[in-house]
Formats: sequence, C-alpha cells, structure tokens
Amino acid sequence: MVHDDDQLDSAFLALADPVRRRIIARLSRGPATVNELAEPFAITKQAVSKHIQVLEQAGLVTRTRDAQRRPVHLDPARLEALTAWIDQYRLVREEQFRSLDAALHTQAAARGTQAKDSS
Amino acid sequence: MSNALKLSVPEGLPFIDFERDFDFPVADVFRAHKDPALIVQWLGPRGMSMEVDHYDFHTGGSYSYTHTGHDGVPHVFSGVFHTVRENEFAVQTFEFDGYPDVVSIEFMTFTDLGGGRTRLSAHAVYPSMEARDGMAQSGMEGGVSEGYERLEELLAGATV
Repeated sequence: MVHDDDQLDSAFLALADPVRRRIIARLSRGPATVNELAEPFAITKQAVSKHIQVLEQAGLVTRTRDAQRRPVHLDPARLEALTAWIDQYRLVREEQFRSLDAALHTQAAARGTQAKDSS
Repeated sequence: MSNALKLSVPEGLPFIDFERDFDFPVADVFRAHKDPALIVQWLGPRGMSMEVDHYDFHTGGSYSYTHTGHDGVPHVFSGVFHTVRENEFAVQTFEFDGYPDVVSIEFMTFTDLGGGRTRLSAHAVYPSMEARDGMAQSGMEGGVSEGYERLEELLAGATV
C-alpha cells in the first residue's frame, strides 16, 4: 500500500482546519455549490472559495476550473485512503486503553481497593 | 468516563505521538505493561485472541505475541526492550511479521500526576511515512472500516 506522501500530507494539512472539516462533512452528504457551502459560515464566499481550493489541491474535492456555480464533489476514495488508517489506529488505541482501565480496576479491586500511591 | 486519548500525527514526519491519563497510580500502570498476565487483558484488539510467547519487560529483554482473529490468521508482533526503568520509562522496538524488517521504536514515559493518577506519553518513530501509515494500519486489523458513515461521524466529531 503505497501512498503518495505529498498528497497525504497536504490532505492532512487541509483537514487540520475546522471550516474545511465542516465543508467535507457537508460534502459527504452530496455535492454542493460554493454558495451552499458558504451558507452556514460567518465568512465571505471568497474565504470559502479559498478553503475549497485548499481541499482541491489536496485532492479531496473536485470541481470544474472555470465556473463558480458548478458543484463541488467530494472524492470519497481519497478521503477513505486518508482517514482509514489513522481513524482505525485511534479507535483501536482507545479501545485498548479502555481495556487497560478495566484491567487496572480489576487489579485494584483484587487488592482490596487500597490504591495507595507510595512511589 | 474514560480519559481522552490525545493522538497526534505530524505532517511529513514518520511519528505518532499519544498521551493518555489513567486514574491509577504509576506503579499500577507500569505493572500493567510489565506483567504478561495483565498484558493479555488489554493489549489485544477486541475479537482477537492474544497469545504471549514471551514478554520480558526489562532492559535487554524481548517479547513476542500473536493476535489471532476469527479468520484464524495469526498476526505476530515482536521486538526488544532497549531500556526499561521501573515506573518511569521504556524504549522498545516493534515489528509486525506482515511487514518484516520494518521496525518502529516506541518511547514510553510514565508520569506520576499525583493523587493516584498517571500519564502515559508515547512517541513512536517509523522508518518512513509509508511504514507509519502501513504499520499503523496493519497493527490495527482488529476492526474493519465501516466506511462512509463512520467517516462522517468522525468528521462531525471533529467539528465540535
């Protein structure tokens, strides 16, 4: 599984911004125009266009070059490839540590709950 | 309420960092990393059985364990403990037999937060970006991606 590192990096960078994450979340429900995407935000349409450009450069969304009115589409495969591993990693780690919590509980209970910290 | 996992995946650097607090004294958390009988209680992904071949959590020690999923396919993980300092710090290597020779190094710091609480901080270094992404994924084969819905959930969660 070879990833294009630069693309992956730019995609991570693109998703580091909360506005862009919300745009992606909106697009995951279907294509939308820039106007529609700008609606929920208290920022200018130009600013939203900028965000879309960043997402486009990261390969996360596509649209036609010339017309502003053409809807923006999410590239689901791209996003999947990007989020799958880290998403998975997080879920498994979280689960692991919840299990560790439980194991620690069991240990503490077995000792008779005296969780005295002497170190 | 479980404590939140703070996970950080830097851009352009093959690292993974995470931090997790525990409502237990540092000696307990350390022991849970040291005692194989405890390790098997938490290290394996859900739905996979875990079998420890050996697990010697001491400086110069080594380990090897196998996760087996319902498909019966074994995933063997092994490495050495380069440095282990009681209740304080450990450096270990990590290798998955599905990616032989692609070895990562994990630095783990156990911090006593006082009041019977502990912070576990880990810094993992991979030989390449590809190794980081591939290994993180391969080590996590316990779950299968549910795809789109979960992705949306993830993004929705990220906007809060």
